Amino acid sequence: MADTDHTRRTFLGLAGGAAVLGTVPVVIVRPVEATPAMLQTAIRNVVGEANVRTGKVKLDIPPLVENGNTVPMTVSVASPMTADDHVKSIHVFNEKNPQPNIGNFHLGPHAGRAQISTRIRLADSQKVVVIARLSDDTFWSATVDIVVTLAACTEEVI
Amino acid sequence: MRLLGCIALASALAGAALAAEIPQDQRRSGYSFMSADTKAMQDDDTVNPGMLWVLDGEALWKRKAGTSDKSCADCHYDARVSMKGVAAHYPAYEKAFGRPLDLEGRINLCRANHQQATPLPYESRDLLALTAYVAQQSRGMPIEAGDDPDLKPFVEQGRELFMQRQGQLNLGCANCHDDNWDKKLAGSAITQGHPTGYPLYRLEWQSLGSLQRRLRACITGIRAQAYDWGSPELVALELYLMSRARGMPMEAPAVRP
Amino acid sequence: MPSALINVPPKAKRGDVIEIKTLMSHIMETGYRHTASGEVVPRDIITSFACRYNGTEIFRADLYPAIAANPFISFFTTATESGKFEFEWIGDKGFSETASASITVE
Ligand code: HEC
Ligand code: HEC
Repeated sequence: MADTDHTRRTFLGLAGGAAVLGTVPVVIVRPVEATPAMLQTAIRNVVGEANVRTGKVKLDIPPLVENGNTVPMTVSVASPMTADDHVKSIHVFNEKNPQPNIGNFHLGPHAGRAQISTRIRLADSQKVVVIARLSDDTFWSATVDIVVTLAACTEEVI
Repeated sequence: MRLLGCIALASALAGAALAAEIPQDQRRSGYSFMSADTKAMQDDDTVNPGMLWVLDGEALWKRKAGTSDKSCADCHYDARVSMKGVAAHYPAYEKAFGRPLDLEGRINLCRANHQQATPLPYESRDLLALTAYVAQQSRGMPIEAGDDPDLKPFVEQGRELFMQRQGQLNLGCANCHDDNWDKKLAGSAITQGHPTGYPLYRLEWQSLGSLQRRLRACITGIRAQAYDWGSPELVALELYLMSRARGMPMEAPAVRP
Repeated sequence: MPSALINVPPKAKRGDVIEIKTLMSHIMETGYRHTASGEVVPRDIITSFACRYNGTEIFRADLYPAIAANPFISFFTTATESGKFEFEWIGDKGFSETASASITVE
């Protein structure tokens, strides 16, 4: 418990502005974290009252992350991507970052392939949830548990 | 909490008997310790974030600067030709100073002497960009630093610094990078500490960074006072590391976790 | 001016599904960090990215602080005609950058 807390702080302390050097201000972290309730709310904001089914969506993300500051991920959705049957949007959420949203990606039938890649930050080992909205306004999802191993202790002082 | 964990680990490392230097045929770049995802990021220039700095460097190469109103290109023309293999020879002996200069130091010397411009601060975006652009021209070429007889005492100084125990953890670089490179420290591979990829993009930094930045991080990690940017000690360490990696291919801009 | 790295195949056959890869220089400061003196480091992120193909929007993304620094985004599209892809990144503190790449479709 205390351990988890510390892990999160270390990560967040490094995230974002580590490029400034020489005169790095010591940066400490506001102890906030999204809650499962916040995650639910963020998902409801996208899907409304609709039912979210599992399936069709594939989330490729390393199960064991080398560094939580930059985690590559690819989402693909099984879809013919035709005018009548395509993916309208892909929404990525997480459980434990300070904010539950990671990104929304809007595409259409012309994409040809329902697949996007990006790189994300994960403050801790946690769940990542992906939801795809299809052209018939059904929602499909995938959830992956990710273990974030941190860089060596040699890094926390930078 | 982490710190305590590290000290425990570190003393386990320190307890081990000192092994010999790594034999030539067992040397491995930090690349070989990385996950497939991180390797993929380095392998493909269209997804390697380090290339953003290379692009900036290419633009700066052509930009006039200082009271001379000259660009690097005005004297060195096409970097793909004039800078090919150059980074693989650095740090190199600078007669005017009687000591070695690393690539960043060399670029700043050109700014001062040839462009009559103020030197770029260490780790500034512009210096990293120029260094990345110059270093990229040596990609795939074998490291050849440290051969110059004038450099001998400096290679030796770097070697001593590498072996010497220091800091609250009383560890030398060699305790980790010669003796324990097959082990892990708090989840991350220790590796052999080869300087093949610099300047490189660290996922941890979310930025490009120089070899000096990496070395300062290791020194701070053993709770010792890091040498100043551009100090003779850091340049000697860079020189020793490059001579220790002689023959290994340059990878800049590499990616590391 | 921050640099962008865009990768679009220079040539494609009509109907080919092509991958477009983009990287933009940006620190993506989360807005969740404090300095030693307790002040919040203000959020400074890219909030939106869009791609137009000969004037028509074909892809758009809303980004949050959990997107890593120097945002990388890749996606697909169907090559329909020769022309131009235009990219736009918009963010905090008035951040607004564009880039473009052309394609020949045969
Ligand atoms: C007015 C001409 C001039 C300009 C401008 C200039 N240089 Fe040089 N550069 C030289 C000369 C001459 C040398 C050879 C060493 C010396 O005499 O200083 C050199 C050497 C170098 C070397 C070492 C080459 C080697 O083989 O060891 C590098 C690297 C370099 N310059 C990079 C740059 C960069 C980067 C810029 C722009 C920021 C630049 N130079 C601008 C004239 C110039
Ligand atoms: C407690 C163990 C430890 C000590 C002591 C240590 N390092 Fe490191 N070093 C690491 C770890 C862990 C990493 C990160 C993983 C990696 O890239 O090797 C690292 C990374 C490096 C790298 C980057 C390698 C690459 O592939 O980019 C270099 C170079 C390096 N260290 C040099 C040094 C030098 C020089 C010293 C002495 C001043 C030193 N280290 C002391 C553990 C240590």
